[in-house]
Amino acid sequence: MNPRMLAATTARVLNQLRHDPRSIAMILVVPSVLLTIVYWLFENETLPPGMPRTFDRIGPIMLAIFPFVIMFLLTSITMLRERTSGTLERLMTTPIHKADLLFGYGVAFSLMAALQSVVATAVAYWIFGLDIKGNAGLVVLVAVVNAVLGVALGLFCSAFARTEFQAVQFMPIVVIPQILLCGLFVPHAQMTDVFQVLSDWMPLTYSVKALQEITANLDPTGEMWRDLWIMAAVLLGTLLLASLTLRRKSS
Amino acid sequence: MSGSPSDTASPTPAHAAGPPPAVEAERLVVRLRRSEVLHGLDFSVPSGRVTGLLGPSGSGKSTLMRTIMGVQRIASGTLRVLERPAGSPALRPLIGYMTQDAAVYSDITVLDNVRYFASLHGRTRADAREAVAAVGLSGFEKRKAADLSGGQFSRVSLACALVGQPKLLVLDEPTVGLDPVLRVDLWERFRALADAGTTLLVSSHVMEEASRCDSLLLLRDGHLLAQLTPDELREEGRSQDLEQAFLGIIQKGESGQQGEPGQQNLAQQYKAAKENAV
Repeated sequence: MNPRMLAATTARVLNQLRHDPRSIAMILVVPSVLLTIVYWLFENETLPPGMPRTFDRIGPIMLAIFPFVIMFLLTSITMLRERTSGTLERLMTTPIHKADLLFGYGVAFSLMAALQSVVATAVAYWIFGLDIKGNAGLVVLVAVVNAVLGVALGLFCSAFARTEFQAVQFMPIVVIPQILLCGLFVPHAQMTDVFQVLSDWMPLTYSVKALQEITANLDPTGEMWRDLWIMAAVLLGTLLLASLTLRRKSS
Repeated sequence: MSGSPSDTASPTPAHAAGPPPAVEAERLVVRLRRSEVLHGLDFSVPSGRVTGLLGPSGSGKSTLMRTIMGVQRIASGTLRVLERPAGSPALRPLIGYMTQDAAVYSDITVLDNVRYFASLHGRTRADAREAVAAVGLSGFEKRKAADLSGGQFSRVSLACALVGQPKLLVLDEPTVGLDPVLRVDLWERFRALADAGTTLLVSSHVMEEASRCDSLLLLRDGHLLAQLTPDELREEGRSQDLEQAFLGIIQKGESGQQGEPGQQNLAQQYKAAKENAV
């Protein structure tokens, strides 16, 4: 890795994004809008005394899912364009190392993800009075790790698509099953054995677990750190797989 | 340079004297998926000269260029670039490549594109500006690449290849779609670069551009028809018109005249191909 090339790649990816106001809006505004919908959905629920609002339970989970989905989409399309426009092949003839390219993407989109989760978390806290026991900073941390996971998966999946249309088709295959089985709709313990096993193999499950730990506890728990480490490991593994899809030579 | 006394003393044609060739191929075979695209090419690209790679579209020019740049695997034979095997990492700072369909980022500005490739080659912002000026895009620096015309767009790509100040520049049809004035301008720039010691390999399917090269590689259907100078081409092809001369050489090869082994081979292969097709 070379800091200069890494920084140049990060700057270039951010620069590309800067020229695309719609994507910026998708990153910064859309999560807050969706969060608003979730809030209003449960606005008039009647709860027995002492029971936390549904919004307080699923709000933090939403905060982690948005960056995952949006970054997956953005990365897979941007990387696919890099592959199909010939710029990737051209980059491979320059001194840039694959890691500079992959981490350049990673860093650029993580920065955007951090910004995104700060905005969405702020909206959840200050406008909708999100009430959880743990630290909001930890919620942002999990959201950023999730976003980078989305970036890594997007980089990897882009290798298996030929067109942007095909890239988008990975959404229902890679992303939606994780949302269904992550514990948002049905708690992990109540799923059938098969789904539990599937759920255990999905990285998003661990971010939901970590967020539930943050929601329920004042201080970060060992369980939460364990979940975060698992996510970090999956993330590095996916980045490694993604780097294998970047071949300098075509046969 | 490594010029041993015997090298300099050998009575070889002008292009072989002095520094070793920038590119040297021996029985180079390249396959794309399963079909063979380049069939055992032998040639050399003289250092510090402009070499034209000419042939109709589909003749394997781009594949050959990609192989020289190290992004296409070699099936058999050898290919040495600047005295190293093609594709070795040490070559990457020394070579510059302009792909056929301009590989630049259409959603950022001209200058930002060139700056990005400048920083990958450890060059400065001033170098980037210079490269933009060199391709005649001064005044368009802040323009988004997507908003340029086709010819301007491909010149951004050229600037990205120039900015690293490489020893070997591989340009895949750099003058396609350019107006004649600009075309002449670019060829003058190529000449100036070669005079300053850069080796250029420039592909084209416009035979008229061949006259501007020091050395020519004529490629057809993945076979090297000949490596010669424009004058030699006129002579061999028995025409002052280079297009006609190229045709002349093809016909000569097909009818199997003249005892050049390479061409006879080619004629046999053509016959074999025809028989197979029946």
